[in-house]
This record gives sequence, C-alpha cells and structure tokens, in this order.
Amino acid sequence: MSAGATIRREGVPVVFGVACLLALIALIEVLIRIGMINPFIVPKPTDIVMSFERIIMEENILPRFFLTCGEALMASLMLSVAGISIGVLLHKSRIVRLATETWVAAVASAPLVLMYPLFLVIFGRSAWTIIMIAFVSALPPVILKTLEGLSGTRPVLINVGRSFKLTPSQLYWKILFPSALPTIFVGVRLGMIFALINIVGVEFLINFGGLGQLVNELAERYDLPGTYAAICFVILVSVLFFISTERIERWLRPGT
Amino acid sequence: MAQTGHLTRAPAAAGEPWLGPVTRLRIIILVAIIGTWELVAASGWLLRDVVPSILTIGRALAELLGHPDLKVTLAGHVLWMPAFYWHLYVTISEVATALVIGGTTGLAVGLLLGANPFLAKAFERFLYYLGPTPKIVFFPVMIMWFGVGPESKIAMGTLSCFFPIVLSAAAGMRQIEGVLIRVGRSFRLNTWQMVTKIYLPAMREPIVNGVRLGMGVAMIGTLLAETKLSNKGVGFMIIDAYNTFDMPRMYAVLLTLFVIAIGANTLVGRASRR
Repeated sequence: MSAGATIRREGVPVVFGVACLLALIALIEVLIRIGMINPFIVPKPTDIVMSFERIIMEENILPRFFLTCGEALMASLMLSVAGISIGVLLHKSRIVRLATETWVAAVASAPLVLMYPLFLVIFGRSAWTIIMIAFVSALPPVILKTLEGLSGTRPVLINVGRSFKLTPSQLYWKILFPSALPTIFVGVRLGMIFALINIVGVEFLINFGGLGQLVNELAERYDLPGTYAAICFVILVSVLFFISTERIERWLRPGT
Repeated sequence: MAQTGHLTRAPAAAGEPWLGPVTRLRIIILVAIIGTWELVAASGWLLRDVVPSILTIGRALAELLGHPDLKVTLAGHVLWMPAFYWHLYVTISEVATALVIGGTTGLAVGLLLGANPFLAKAFERFLYYLGPTPKIVFFPVMIMWFGVGPESKIAMGTLSCFFPIVLSAAAGMRQIEGVLIRVGRSFRLNTWQMVTKIYLPAMREPIVNGVRLGMGVAMIGTLLAETKLSNKGVGFMIIDAYNTFDMPRMYAVLLTLFVIAIGANTLVGRASRR
C-alpha cells in the first residue's frame, strides 16, 4: 500500500471525528437560535468563542494560568522528591516494604482530596493549601510506581553490575535507577496529572488562586458564556499538559 | 537475590509463630504514629484543635456513629438514628446512581468503540484526552442543567466515572482473543448473544478494573460537589464540620469515609481476581 493511501486510511476517521464534533457544535447553535435549548442555560457556541477575548483581556487569564502552573510545578517537585525518595527507601528495606506497601496502596484508593477543609484550617486560604492537598493526594502513585520500577529491574543487569564488582551505591546509580527511570516517570506523570486535577479543583472549591477560581467567579457572576469559555480554557490547558507529559514518557520508553 | 518483584508472606521468626516480624513492625509503626500524634496534640505546637487527641477523635467517632440525633418516621413509627447514616445513604445512593448511569453508557460506548476501529480512531482520542481533566469545573454547568439538588451531584459522579469505564471497556474489547470471537461466530450467535456470551465474560477483568477506577472518581466527584453546594451527604458533613470548626468531627467523618472507600475498592478489586 502506498504512503498516500495509508495517510488517507488513517486520516479519514480523524477528519470524520472532528467533523462530527463541529457538526454537534453547529447543531447546538441552531437549536439555541430556534429556541429549542434555553440560552440562559446553554449559551450560543459563537458567544462562548467571542467571550474568549474578553476573559483573556479582562480576567487576567495569563497571570492566573501562571499561578496555577506555578502551584502545579511546586507540587510536582515536592511529589518527585518525596515520592521517589520514599519509594527508594521502601525498596532498600524489604521488611518496611512488606509492612507498609499495602497501606500505601490502600491510601492511594482513598479520596484524599476530601481533606481540603482540614488543610484550609492548617494552612489558611492560601496557595499552600492547594499545593499541599495536591502533593498529599498524588503521592501514593509516585511511591508505588518507583517501587515497581526498582523491583522490575532485570536480574541480568544486576548480575552484570555485580560481576563488575560495583559497590551498592554504584549498583544503585548505574544500574537500578536508570533501569527503573521510565517506570518512575510513569508514576511522576500520574502524580502530576492528579496534582493538576486537584489544584484546579481545590482552586474552584475554595475560590482562591488561578484558573479554578476564574470558573467559580464567572459562574457566581452568572456570566454564562464566560464560564463556558473558562471551562474550555481549563480543559485545553489540561489536555496540553497531558499530551506534553505523554510525549516525554514515550521519549523515555521508546518502543512501548 | 531476594525476590522483590511481588509481595510474599514473610516467614515467621522462630519461636514466635503467631507474630511475624512484619506484623511486629506494623504494630511498632502504628504505635509510633499514634505516639507522635498524641505528643503533638499534648504539646500545643500546633493549634490545639488542628491536632486533637486520639481520645477526642474517638469520642467524636462514637458520637458520629452511635449518637441518635435524627428523628425519622418510618411506617408511622418515630425512630431516632445517628444523622451520619442518613447522609451516608444520600451519598451512597448518589454515587451508585452515577455509577449505574455512567457505567452503562460507558460500557455501551466502550463496546461500540472496541468493536468498530473506524469509530475508535474517530472518537477515542477525544475521550482519552478528556479523561484526565478536572471534572469539578463542570459543576456550575451541572447546577444550571440539573439544579442544586442531588441530581447535579449524580451528574458530577456520572461525568467522572464515564471516562475510565469507556476507555477500559474499549481497550478490554480489543484484547479479546480472536479465537473466542471465531467460536461465537461459528455457533452463529447474534449480536446480543455475542455481547453477553463472548465479549462481556472475556472482558471481565478490564471492565471490573474500569468500574473500580470509575467508582473512585465518581465518589470524589460526588463528594466534592457536595462540599461546594449541598445540604446533605457526607461531603456536606465535612464542610459543615469545617464551617462550625468542629475538627474532631471532621476527622471522624474523614476516617469513616476513607475506611468505606478503601473497603469498597478492595471488594471490587477482589471481584476482578476471583
């Protein structure tokens, strides 16, 4: 099959998907215009698009975006340092791991973000509440994936290291850690995604900070097109974040 | 080299067959955590109410679960029960309804995408990229669409659990062995029979896994929505304890909630391995 035919075969469904999405948006626009959908509940898609400019110019969307990004970056840094260190420590001490790994897995399944009122009391209504709740609720997957990565090192690699008489610390830094890095990054990426979701969510809930607060404020002002536009912006930011971290993950694990 | 790839039961130390080293370490860790907590509570390093003594939390827990403070009339009889169970019932019914609606639609769409490569290529990427976005920002929209009652919380739960279930179902369908599908076809099963006799049984593990993930996010979506705008449910209890600055009660509600969430997750997880 020629390359052109392959591109056409791959491209047709993608174009069809995008066309369906655009058709759905057009249908909603028509239904609102003919009065089938209440415009006070769903604003016209054209109004939403028009209000993008307004929320960018008037609602300080860029500083808000950077604030949310800064919080996410801080939480991700803390997550990576703490999560990987705890994972390494648990891997080093087998008995501590046996005693606590099931606990970490259990905590990972608890809705930890619900502790945000507790963090509000401890840290006040500040960026630290948001960063800390994101850090705590996203920590377990980083620990578990670090452990999984270190334990999954192929024995042959470790034997090679031993045959070169590497010291335990050399074995760790030259063999175990590099081999576990792709899996560790899967955990860090998972943690970063959890952190971003929780950061925007808590910003919205406590009405403080960046993009989440913007959605809340516009909704409280009953600025419908603005609210929908802000939600679209939040979705856009998270999708871009998701795609870029996915690219890094693919780069780290070629062939998967 | 010691096998570290999976957990094995640690051999019990000689002479102490009933208490292995792992159990002993767990007890030590628990005692250390409780001791540190009590020390911080007694020292006054942090605000007294932020870290209340374990005894105070225990009392709040007993009051939460055992103190009958809600009057209910059931078939003409007046009964008193702890209000927590009523709030828990509200939340569980919201999460369960969300899981039924989101699970059924997710499963149906997942089966469709799994069976049809064209549709999968056209639409699955949208679902895949929308999956890990913060759903709670849709809450103002859900309030406008469904009102301030339980319906908007159910909608939040549904929206949250739809994505993991649809993606697991689509991926699960694609990994079914071709031989099973050919067996079904050679028996001339119709579409419904193919779904119920071949596809669903062969996909049990990914589906249960999707439901487990979906249940977790549905619970988070519903509870967060309850903390934002509600007058009932466990989420409301948490934010109510915050508003009245009743920290022991907040710890008690959170602890009970975590135990229930972890228990439900373990139960569904066991179902996939059975």
